[in-house]
Amino acid sequence: MAPRGWGCWRWAAQPRARLLSPAAAPLGFRQLLSTVELVPHICVVGSGPAGFYTAQHLLKHHPQARVDIYEKQVVPFGLVRFGVAPDHPEVKNVINTFTQTAHSTRCAFRGNVTVGRDVSVSELRDAYHAVVLSYGAEDHRTLGIPGEELPGVLSARAFVGWYNGLPENHKLTPNLNCDTALILGQGNVALDVARILLTPIELLEKTDITADALRVLRQSQVKRVWIVGRRGPLQVAFTIKELREMIHLPRSQALLDPADFEGLEDLIKEAPRPRKRLTELLVQTALKPPKGEKADGKAEAPRAWGLRFLRSPLKVLPSPDGGRVAGIRLAVMKLEGSGENAQAVPTGAVEDVPCGLVWWFKSPSGVIATTMNDGFLTGQVLLQDLEEGVLPIGPKPGYSSIEPLLKNRGVQPVSFEDWEKLDAEEVAQGQAAGKPREKLVDPQQMLQLIGH
Amino acid sequence: MAAPGSVKLLLAASAAFGAASRRCLLLVGAGKPGRHGELDRGNAASRGASRGFSLSAPSRRSSEDKVTIHFVNRDGEKLTTQGKVGDTLLDIVVNNNLDIDGFGACEGTLACSTCHLVFEEHIFGKLEAITDEENDMLDLAYGLTDTSRLGCQICLTKSMNNMTVRVPEAVADARQSIDLGKNS
Repeated sequence: MAPRGWGCWRWAAQPRARLLSPAAAPLGFRQLLSTVELVPHICVVGSGPAGFYTAQHLLKHHPQARVDIYEKQVVPFGLVRFGVAPDHPEVKNVINTFTQTAHSTRCAFRGNVTVGRDVSVSELRDAYHAVVLSYGAEDHRTLGIPGEELPGVLSARAFVGWYNGLPENHKLTPNLNCDTALILGQGNVALDVARILLTPIELLEKTDITADALRVLRQSQVKRVWIVGRRGPLQVAFTIKELREMIHLPRSQALLDPADFEGLEDLIKEAPRPRKRLTELLVQTALKPPKGEKADGKAEAPRAWGLRFLRSPLKVLPSPDGGRVAGIRLAVMKLEGSGENAQAVPTGAVEDVPCGLVWWFKSPSGVIATTMNDGFLTGQVLLQDLEEGVLPIGPKPGYSSIEPLLKNRGVQPVSFEDWEKLDAEEVAQGQAAGKPREKLVDPQQMLQLIGH
Repeated sequence: MAAPGSVKLLLAASAAFGAASRRCLLLVGAGKPGRHGELDRGNAASRGASRGFSLSAPSRRSSEDKVTIHFVNRDGEKLTTQGKVGDTLLDIVVNNNLDIDGFGACEGTLACSTCHLVFEEHIFGKLEAITDEENDMLDLAYGLTDTSRLGCQICLTKSMNNMTVRVPEAVADARQSIDLGKNS
């Protein structure tokens, strides 16, 4: 076997049955291989980082395993393409590793196939030795408060999908014609949304943000972004890297009420290191603003972002004509308990905050290292099951029995080679615009380009 | 199997793609790197070029520039290899195809913590000062210790010859034992 690039860089040069866990017994594998010669066919649903890391582990640690990665989108990589912010290209470097995985002759990408519609899970279970569901959170929860249907109330998930070129969100085109926006939630996606709204447009122009998002953001009137949390500064969910980016955001200043941060340093002496350093940075930013040249520059900053704590949404307030958002009514909360498990309970007081846009969301969590470990762990557990005979041990047809089903149903799967044609097209279009790529957002156009 | 040429191509391509990797040799003249993430960002093309050069440079460097490093992998296996003074520990792992699962996912751009390594105390004390940005990423690392650093930020010096670095356990042990317990 000598496929392109297979086995290179972070991969073992020799495929061999070796598990991460010291508890694993390579002997069991050898027995299995010598007696049954089983080729395990494994199906992974979803081509995001969890799916690819699971596939990577399976291919590396089982010398025969074949892995098919199903994806409902035409293109691979899930949240790495549609979730990671366009101004975080470094995080997308994992695509290089995933591409190496996809180039394995024992791995196939089956894009444009929706499991549950084009093929059922039970059909997949019949065809494969194991089916790994790594399709992420498909949750379309609503905010659940009056006024949420008003124009100007946006799901942050849809907004992220829109600026990242997710086909189902490409018609979102929000109206950013107001000076104050408010984001409900204090996680990394909240900071992504705030940062995309406030970053100087000439910086975004060099990213792979969609052309439509650039056009809308160029006309944005948003000057101030409130990032609102139900709990306090010791419970924020964003991580320090994203906070530091906000603090260093050019031409934006932080609006932090010193009263929210006084005395916090005494409370975090025993806290775990990440919480401690995060809180120290918040406190330092709120209570000890930078001096000199930098402070002068920031004082004139035309844009600002701020954190508001202990506020929970009650009602979206309409403009006088009822046509769009004019503000939001927030319940003032107080904390019961302390630390990570503190609960927010209403005090009975309310506060109205004027704003022309409201974002809310329920978002995926975790950083790439989390997903990587989860993916490897999934692969490891699966191999263990295989070894111990928990999974079916007889031969399975794998994709050869799914292919005719899809054909009969008029479904045309997209291969990884097809994706590489689209990739080249996106990169070429991007180059013309001075961007790393111009994402294609129309699935029909994508399918046409690859001759489907 | 692995074609060494494709490794080089991939690295050159990823550097040109805009990776803000630490390039020790390049930064020597520029004083203390500080926030090198920003420093490097506008410099991708030249870095890509210099990367290609350093990889394909003829071996006129004598063996005295070589530093021997021992990696203790997650399963306890010892991987011994050599690198050049100025290479990062991530470079060493990549250039020598060391089999460490998931190492260097962001390719040395300070956007993940997968190249986390644990150092011997006497070496750790002599390492270059850590930046806030590296600490930010270490906050999210599994199995953090008092002598933890990110391999992509550590450049080889002669005094590191024969040092041992340990790859910390990565998987969530508690959950693993539950999952495996269910099956047995």
